[in-house]
Amino acid sequence: MELKEKLVSSFMAFEDTVDVDSPVHDIRTEAIKHFENEGFPTKRQEAWKYTSLNSILKYDYSVFPKHEEALDFKDVKKYFIHDIDAYKIVFIDGKYSSHLSQTTHDGIDVCLMSAALTKPKYRLVIENYFNKIAAKDGLSSLNTAFSAEGAYIHIPKNKLVEKPIQILHFSTGNEAALMLQPRNLVVVDENSHVQIIERHQSLTDNPVLTNSVTEIFANKRAIVDYYKIQNDRETASLIDNTFINQKQESIAKVHTFSFGGKITRNNLNFYQNGERIDSTMKGITIIGNKQHVDHNTLVHHIEPNCESHQDYKGIFGDSATGVFNGKVLVEKEAQKTDAFQANNNILLSDKASINTKPQLEIFADDVKCSHGCTIGQLDESAMFYLRSRGIPEKEARGLLMFAFSNNVLDSVKIPEIKNRITKIIAGKLGVNIGFDL
Amino acid sequence: MLKIKNLHASVEDKAILRGINLEVKPGEVHAIMGPNGSGKSTLASVIAGKEDYEVEEGDIIFEGENINELAPEERAHKGVFLSFQYPVEIPGVSVTNFMKTAINETRKAKGLEDMPANEMLKMIREKSELLEIDRKFLSRSLNEGFSGGEKKRNEIFQMAMLEPKLAILDETDSGLDIDALRIVANGVNKLKSKDNAVIVITHYQRLLDYIVPDYVHVLHNGRIVKSGSADLAHELEAKGYDWIKEEVNA
Repeated sequence: MELKEKLVSSFMAFEDTVDVDSPVHDIRTEAIKHFENEGFPTKRQEAWKYTSLNSILKYDYSVFPKHEEALDFKDVKKYFIHDIDAYKIVFIDGKYSSHLSQTTHDGIDVCLMSAALTKPKYRLVIENYFNKIAAKDGLSSLNTAFSAEGAYIHIPKNKLVEKPIQILHFSTGNEAALMLQPRNLVVVDENSHVQIIERHQSLTDNPVLTNSVTEIFANKRAIVDYYKIQNDRETASLIDNTFINQKQESIAKVHTFSFGGKITRNNLNFYQNGERIDSTMKGITIIGNKQHVDHNTLVHHIEPNCESHQDYKGIFGDSATGVFNGKVLVEKEAQKTDAFQANNNILLSDKASINTKPQLEIFADDVKCSHGCTIGQLDESAMFYLRSRGIPEKEARGLLMFAFSNNVLDSVKIPEIKNRITKIIAGKLGVNIGFDL
Repeated sequence: MLKIKNLHASVEDKAILRGINLEVKPGEVHAIMGPNGSGKSTLASVIAGKEDYEVEEGDIIFEGENINELAPEERAHKGVFLSFQYPVEIPGVSVTNFMKTAINETRKAKGLEDMPANEMLKMIREKSELLEIDRKFLSRSLNEGFSGGEKKRNEIFQMAMLEPKLAILDETDSGLDIDALRIVANGVNKLKSKDNAVIVITHYQRLLDYIVPDYVHVLHNGRIVKSGSADLAHELEAKGYDWIKEEVNA
């Protein structure tokens, strides 16, 4: 059976596990119909021209893992940013792990989607926010149809959440192949500030396909800092669909660090519903072998006096392939928009490739929009300069690549994350970064 | 220390050096002068090992060893230093981290441990004072947004840190105002000893007022056509290069 048919027919079995009388279930039922109509995207669609999912749709994925697995913290510690005090929402094969988690209801809600979707005290928030900005395309609809578990974060107004929140998804390989549909909802009310770190990690080489949807609402003057660490095995694929709705004077920043995985697709969408909004998306991609990373961004400038900043750096070795497709849509009303987009890439081998495509659609006449993409090799004059000072070729190469990607880290506000990412980058580039940053 | 014998070098099949002979002994300062396009910078780059240049013929002997085939970093490890005419801007690498990496890679090549951090800091402090370099400057990205004078001072700072046996200063005076020129020259003079040597490549004589050469060579069309004492530089300053060209062609 094709994966699509399998998923559609699994929906009935899924219905046995959820409350079919809740309003949320009407949304699910609607979504499975959407998915049935739309199916998985193909390369015939413009937005998927350079990314084919065929190689990962062929597996016979388990949709509902049969076993529950426990993990010892010491075995998976390295996947956490463990040197900071943080809230943790951890899932193992899609199931919540209370053992590894540290949730809270103390003034803020850092807990589970399964609870939020079923308990009356969350009903209002769910009614107001759930599935309000997620796209209606095939993949997001598929996730909506099976939405049952994930992270639920609600920060009421005037709260500065000091501890970051880590969301981790482990897959153990108990299933020969596993498909996950995590669903996250993040609501940050007026003047509040939250930092979130998200990671998906496969622990074996059994194929995993994660189709994740995260809806984020940054209300008036809220600040949301979101870090996605993607450094998975080459048998794990991730389709990340993130939607961010911003109200006036809010700031939302998403950093995406893509260092591994078979196919990684990031659909990152910002909607600016208010004035003086700041949207920032930054990314570092360093991959090799036959890995593929596709960044598909959208910033929808709807109202005047807003900003958006995009800065994506990519280093592609071996036969790795990359895609950057950045769309900036400026509505007629969105005067004085300041939109900046940069995508710079280094190809380390003749077989590596990057398709980069800025898409600016501007209907306002008083705006500042700039974009630039570069694809190049390392600067030979810089190489000679470093080598003439005694730095060997390999180290010089590493240092230049490190320097190339480094400035993206300037906006990372959590030092522990910065250190971790720095170490991963140094490891990927095979250099000993023997100095402090 | 350095012996160059009948050196021919080309870039993209265009012959630039056409038989250079030069010997530099420890403790000596040599000036290489010559009109634009005579091959001065090529000579500097070839000695430092720039791979864009093809050595067609001849030998570069450094400390008794032929270094023709050595990589730039291997030459640096042996004590060759080139102060660049146009230092390259490297965003994202601070001056300090660059120097630490360069020093420790050089030590590694010699089988030594990394320099202890406190020793490194002390050295950085001393040498930056010598070149009158502000501490803040050291945490900036290498050469990025530096003025012409800052770039050249930074080159000599690197030279001070790496303590080479042979320093080649390629047009270090270009783009320097008189104060910067004095600081740079003063730095070079303080680093001079009986064991190391300096080759000053320049178009003009003014740097040679501060760094006084033992020998002056005139390069023309890829050959050294005239050698003499410091007085030759003054003569060139007064009379230009045309008389040399005429002499050669006569």
